[in-house]
Amino acid sequence: MTGYIIRRLIYGILIMLAVTTLVFFLIRAVPGDPVRAMVGFESDPAAVQEIKEKWGFDEPIYVQYGMWFWNVLHGDLGTSIWLKQSVNQVLIEAFPRSLSLVVIAFAMSSLIAIPAGIISAVKRYSLLDYVVTFFAFLGLSMPAFWFGIILIIVFASNLQLLPAFGYESLFENPQAWFLHILLPATAAGVPLIASLSRMTRSAVLEELKQDYVRTARSKGVPELSVILKHVVQNAAIPIVTIMGINLAVLFRGTVVIENVFAIKGLGRMLISGAINRDYPLLQGTILIIAGIFVFTNIFVDILYTYINPTIRYK
Amino acid sequence: MMNRIKENFSKFARNRIALVGAIIFLLVIFTAIFSPQITPFDPNRQDFGMISPPSTSHVLGTDDLGRDLLSRLISGARISLIVAFSAVSLALVVGVTLGLLAGYYGGLVDMLVMRYIDLQWSLPNLVIAVGLMAVFGRGLINIILAISVAWFDDFARITRGEVLGIREVDYVSAARSLGGSDGRILIRHILPNSIAPIIVQATICLAWGILAEASLSYLGLGVNPSTPTWGLILSDARGFFSFAWWLAVFPGVAIMITTLSVNFLGDGLRDFFDVREIKKEE
Repeated sequence: MTGYIIRRLIYGILIMLAVTTLVFFLIRAVPGDPVRAMVGFESDPAAVQEIKEKWGFDEPIYVQYGMWFWNVLHGDLGTSIWLKQSVNQVLIEAFPRSLSLVVIAFAMSSLIAIPAGIISAVKRYSLLDYVVTFFAFLGLSMPAFWFGIILIIVFASNLQLLPAFGYESLFENPQAWFLHILLPATAAGVPLIASLSRMTRSAVLEELKQDYVRTARSKGVPELSVILKHVVQNAAIPIVTIMGINLAVLFRGTVVIENVFAIKGLGRMLISGAINRDYPLLQGTILIIAGIFVFTNIFVDILYTYINPTIRYK
Repeated sequence: MMNRIKENFSKFARNRIALVGAIIFLLVIFTAIFSPQITPFDPNRQDFGMISPPSTSHVLGTDDLGRDLLSRLISGARISLIVAFSAVSLALVVGVTLGLLAGYYGGLVDMLVMRYIDLQWSLPNLVIAVGLMAVFGRGLINIILAISVAWFDDFARITRGEVLGIREVDYVSAARSLGGSDGRILIRHILPNSIAPIIVQATICLAWGILAEASLSYLGLGVNPSTPTWGLILSDARGFFSFAWWLAVFPGVAIMITTLSVNFLGDGLRDFFDVREIKKEE
C-alpha cells in the first residue's frame, strides 16, 4: 500500500511537470507579445527592449524554460506581468478564496443530494422521486454561472439580503466570510446535486435488491435501520466516487463562478492570466490547479480502501 | 429492415422523457437552421436604441441598444449549436480513432495515447479550453478547436475500453483467420459493436459543449463580439442585470431548455442501449 501511494505521488508530480512544460511551450508557440500587451502598443521600442531584458523575454525559449523550471524547483513561480506582484503571493492569497468556495459548495451539495437520493430510491416511482429526478436534470442542464447571475439579481439586487461581490477573510470576520461565500457556493454547489443524487439513487436501488436486505427485514429489523445501517454503507463506494469527481468538477466550476462574483480566487487568476497573456501567472495557476486535481484523485483512491477493505492496490 | 426500425423506435418511444427530449431538441435544431427566416426582427436592428422590458412588439424585450432579444436568441441558437455540434463531431472522430488504434494495437501506440490522456486528466476540461483560447485568441473556429481538444479524451478512453473487451472475442478471431485486414476488422466488426457507449457519450458531450461555449463566451474567451451566441448575449448584458432581468433570464432559459432536452435524450439512449453509468477508470 505504501509503495502504491509513493508510486502514485511520483507519477502525479511527473504529470504536473509535463503539463506545465506543455503549457509553457504552447503559450509561446503563437504570435503575441506579452511586453507589448503590458506597456501599450505605441510605446518606445527602446523601452520595450529594456523591459524584455528585465523579464528575460529576449533570451532563447529553451533558456527561458530552463530559468523558469529552475525557479519552480526552488518554489518560485516568477512575477506576474499584469499584477506586477510575485505569483507565489498572488496564488497564496487566491487559494483560500477558492478553497472556501469549494468546501462550502461541496458540503451543501452533499448534504442535500445524498438524503434526496436515498429517499428517492426508497420511495421509488413516488411523486417525491419524480420531483427529485426532475430537479436533478434541471441542475445538470443549468449553466452554473447563469444560476449565479439569477441568485445575484434575486438575493442581492432585489431583496438586498446578501452581498453580491467580493470575499472576506474567514479569520478576520467569520460572519462576513459566510455571507459573502453563500451565494457563490450555492451557484457552484446546486448543479452538482444532480449527479450525486442520481448516483446515490441507483446505488441504493442496487443494494435494495440484495438478499441481506430481505434477511434483515424478515428478522424484524426496523426499515429505517435497514436503510441507514445496511444499505447505505454498502452503497458508499459509487457515492464516494461521484463525490470525488464532484470535488474536481467544483474546482472547474470556480473558474466561471469566481468571475461572476468577482472573487479573486484561482479561477479568476486563470482567466486574467489568459486574457492578459500574463505567462507567469497563467503557468503558475495551471500548475497549482493540476496539483490540486492530481492529488484529489489520489486521495479519493486511497479513501476507497478504507470504505471497502476488500479493495487492494498493488 | 423496416420492421426492425419500427420495433426499435417503439422501444425508444416507450421512454417518454427521452421522446420529449428528442422532440424539443429537434425543435431547437429546426429553429437554428431556419433562424434567418423566423426571427421577428433583424437581430442587429436598433429600435430607438434603448433598453425595454418584454412587451407586445418585443416579446422578450430589447437590450441596451434596442435590439430585439427574441431575434438575437434565435440567431444565437444557430452559432451555439454549430459550435457544439462541430466540436463534438471533431472530438468524436479524433477520440474514437485514437481509442480504436490504442485498444487494437496496444504496445507503443497505446502507451503514447494513454500517457497523453493522463496529462489531460490532470486538468479540468474547461481549464484546458481556457488555456487554448488564450493561445488561439477569440474566434468561431478557435472555440470549436478548443472545446474539441478539451473533450476528445473521454471518447478515446471509452472507445479503448470497449475495444479491449471485444478484441479477443470469437467473431474477431474468425474475421482475422479469414484474412480480414486490420482496417476492415476495426471498421466492420469492432466499431459497430462498441458504438453504444460512444453515442451516449456524444449526447453528454453535446450538452457540455453548449455549456462550455456559453461559459467561454461569457468570460470573453469565445467567439468574436459581433457574433451573437447565448453566452455572449449574457456577457453583453452584464452591466444591466440589476434592472433588466429579462436580459439575464431568457438567454439562460434558452441554454437550459436545449441542454435539458439533450440530457433527457442521452438518458433515454443510455436505457435503450443498456449502457452502465460511465465511471472513472482506474
